[in-house]
Amino acid sequence: MSFSAGLLLVTFLGSVAALALFLWSMSRGLFGTGEAAGRVIFASKEIGLVEEPAATTAATEDELQGVMNRTGHTGEFAVLTPEEADERAMLDASSKLPVIIALTGAVTWLVIASVFGLVASIKLHAPDWLVHEAWISFGRIRPAHLNAVAYGWCSLAGLGIAIWLFPRLLRTPLVGSRTAAAGVLLWTLGVTGGIAAILMGKSAGLEWLEFPWQVDIPLFLGGTLVGVALLRTLKRRKVPHLYVSVWYISAGLIWLPALLIVAKWPGIHFGVQQAAMNWWYGHNVLGLWFTPLGLAAIYYFLPKVLGKPIHSYHLSLVGFWTLAFFYSQVGGHHLIGGPVPNWLITLSIVQSMMMIVPVVAVGVNQHRTAHGHLSALRYSPTLRFIVLGGMMYTLASVQGSMQSLRIVNTTTHFTHFTVAHAHLGLYGFFSLVMFGSMYFVMPRVMDWEWPYSKLISLHFWLVLGGFAVYFTGLSIGGWLQGMRMLDAARPFMDSVTVTAPYLYSRTVGGTLMTLGHLVFAAHFGVMLLRRGKRREGAALLRRPMPTPRSSGSLSPTGASV
Amino acid sequence: MMARDGEVSVFKLAAGAIAIMAFATGALVFMPYVALSDIAPPEGLKPYTDQQLRGRQSYIAHGCIYCHSQQPRDPSVAPDMARGWGRPSVPADYVYDKPHLLGTMRTGPDLFNIAVRQPSRDWHLGHLYQPRAYSPGSIMPAYPFLFERRRGAAQPGEVVVSLPPGYVVTGERIVATQEALDLTAYLLSLDRTYPVVKTGDVP
Repeated sequence: MSFSAGLLLVTFLGSVAALALFLWSMSRGLFGTGEAAGRVIFASKEIGLVEEPAATTAATEDELQGVMNRTGHTGEFAVLTPEEADERAMLDASSKLPVIIALTGAVTWLVIASVFGLVASIKLHAPDWLVHEAWISFGRIRPAHLNAVAYGWCSLAGLGIAIWLFPRLLRTPLVGSRTAAAGVLLWTLGVTGGIAAILMGKSAGLEWLEFPWQVDIPLFLGGTLVGVALLRTLKRRKVPHLYVSVWYISAGLIWLPALLIVAKWPGIHFGVQQAAMNWWYGHNVLGLWFTPLGLAAIYYFLPKVLGKPIHSYHLSLVGFWTLAFFYSQVGGHHLIGGPVPNWLITLSIVQSMMMIVPVVAVGVNQHRTAHGHLSALRYSPTLRFIVLGGMMYTLASVQGSMQSLRIVNTTTHFTHFTVAHAHLGLYGFFSLVMFGSMYFVMPRVMDWEWPYSKLISLHFWLVLGGFAVYFTGLSIGGWLQGMRMLDAARPFMDSVTVTAPYLYSRTVGGTLMTLGHLVFAAHFGVMLLRRGKRREGAALLRRPMPTPRSSGSLSPTGASV
Repeated sequence: MMARDGEVSVFKLAAGAIAIMAFATGALVFMPYVALSDIAPPEGLKPYTDQQLRGRQSYIAHGCIYCHSQQPRDPSVAPDMARGWGRPSVPADYVYDKPHLLGTMRTGPDLFNIAVRQPSRDWHLGHLYQPRAYSPGSIMPAYPFLFERRRGAAQPGEVVVSLPPGYVVTGERIVATQEALDLTAYLLSLDRTYPVVKTGDVP
């Protein structure tokens, strides 16, 4: 144990030293840009002006602007000139094709994945339901659910939002829109093949890596094509600073292919080494693929909707590099108590705790940006989803760090508690952020407003309520399950029976979430066809008249007319 | 002038991202690879037979891993030994395991030594056909598609599943498919009771 303790100490001190060195180098400006980079997402005089294409009437957006004015945030000018508005419309149009394909694919997979998940959930309390066909048995529907969520819904949504963000972030029209579209299509093809393989019993057998390696080739090529288009856009950028969202997206597009290649290369991994690799991948795909895409979206939409730069740009860079460094080494905590070298576990536990650094950096930054403007959530669907998603990121990450501690891990590992935690991350954080982003993006892409604002509210409350039921029940059930399992005096079956009511509650929560997704998908479909009620005035891209404003103006409706 | 700042950032970003990834891959993938690649199989551990390997593929195809782990833990961590799940596993136990099936869930019990607890093929076949006939309260799915329901007299070579009364319709018999027999053969190979050397902290 003393070897372990020593190692723990050395790793910890090493990480702290690395962090200190990094902070020092940043204070010396070695990592580039200061606060000016935080303003790069606004046009020349735009700060103070809200932007919310999902506010379904012009009046709603006025209310939003009013909230920002009243809550003491006013920019100097708060105007977007007609030229700037035209330029932005041109940028938004440049990514239309790949974005529509990616987001349509994402929503389709969301619906399919929800049905898979719901069927799997029901099967856990009705084990004799739908047992006569292999393809719909629990052992296939469950991994099909996970992969359809991760590579279908989340990845395609993340790619679509990233493709849409790049022209805006770099103030450069997307170069190679068709390349990106081809990439997205290839990706979709890969996911379809992978899900089919799982349902047919051709799984590769590793969690998060169930797709046969042949199927990962189109995924890899598709991701690369999207990367090429984004890189070419990056090279022609017209902005003086790279906004932090660009960092996250670019790094994610570097990391994912590296992860896939190492993990899927046939024939090199074996036994316990493969288990270590499995969780290096399983965790990194969350932390270095989904998390960067989700945070990139938050870092753009939160300040953009509010018309207010991010609280501290420096802090966002601290968050970026510490996420990359610490997160990349946490995977081993999935094997605590397992037959793997102790140093590997120790390293992972230390870095799991160090993850508190980037999480606090992101959390504080978001909180300080949104602080005082929470009433804006009433008028902005985008903010409602994004702010909530951001909070769940903090929760999921802190919970994750805690779960890596041996004392907690012993109880929660092997139980439904971990499943609830995984959903807090990929659903509570990532999926909500993607919903919010899509509410912002789609009106710009389709040049059409969301036809039914009530459906947005319905979607929000269904998924929020459903998720609350899902998460609470499963966390309690999982914890009780773990307690029973560790109690040698009880038969193992006690750990099964104790979960019964919570498995039911998961189905109830999952049903509500699925209903929410159906509402969202229907609304998305109407939007895609540019059907539905036509609104009186476009809230799409405002060209407000400049209104002279003294500081602390209490004008009820703000500057926009 | 300002653009230069951006260019420096692009380079640093890419270099930093790749370096960090390389470091983590070195620590979590390469080092275990080196540390574990020359492990010899324990004397008591036999390679899987062809039939057991086919059964192992079935175990993967039907997603058994999503509810069953294969890694008994140390008594200081969990009462796995007291439950009869076997001694704590060591890396050498897994030398023939490609892909690994350590698992992350225990919705059902650990199976690393299931052949020791349940050495009967009849038990396994019946349990796969209808888990609740053997284990009341179990939430394991039934696998009727691994069996055929036939009428009339038993044919030579058929493996007929013997189920508790009430689970077979009179006049019918439940016959195991080759896949069920393979899967069972794999489950019956899961016996790691041979002695191993525990190497402590460093593998």
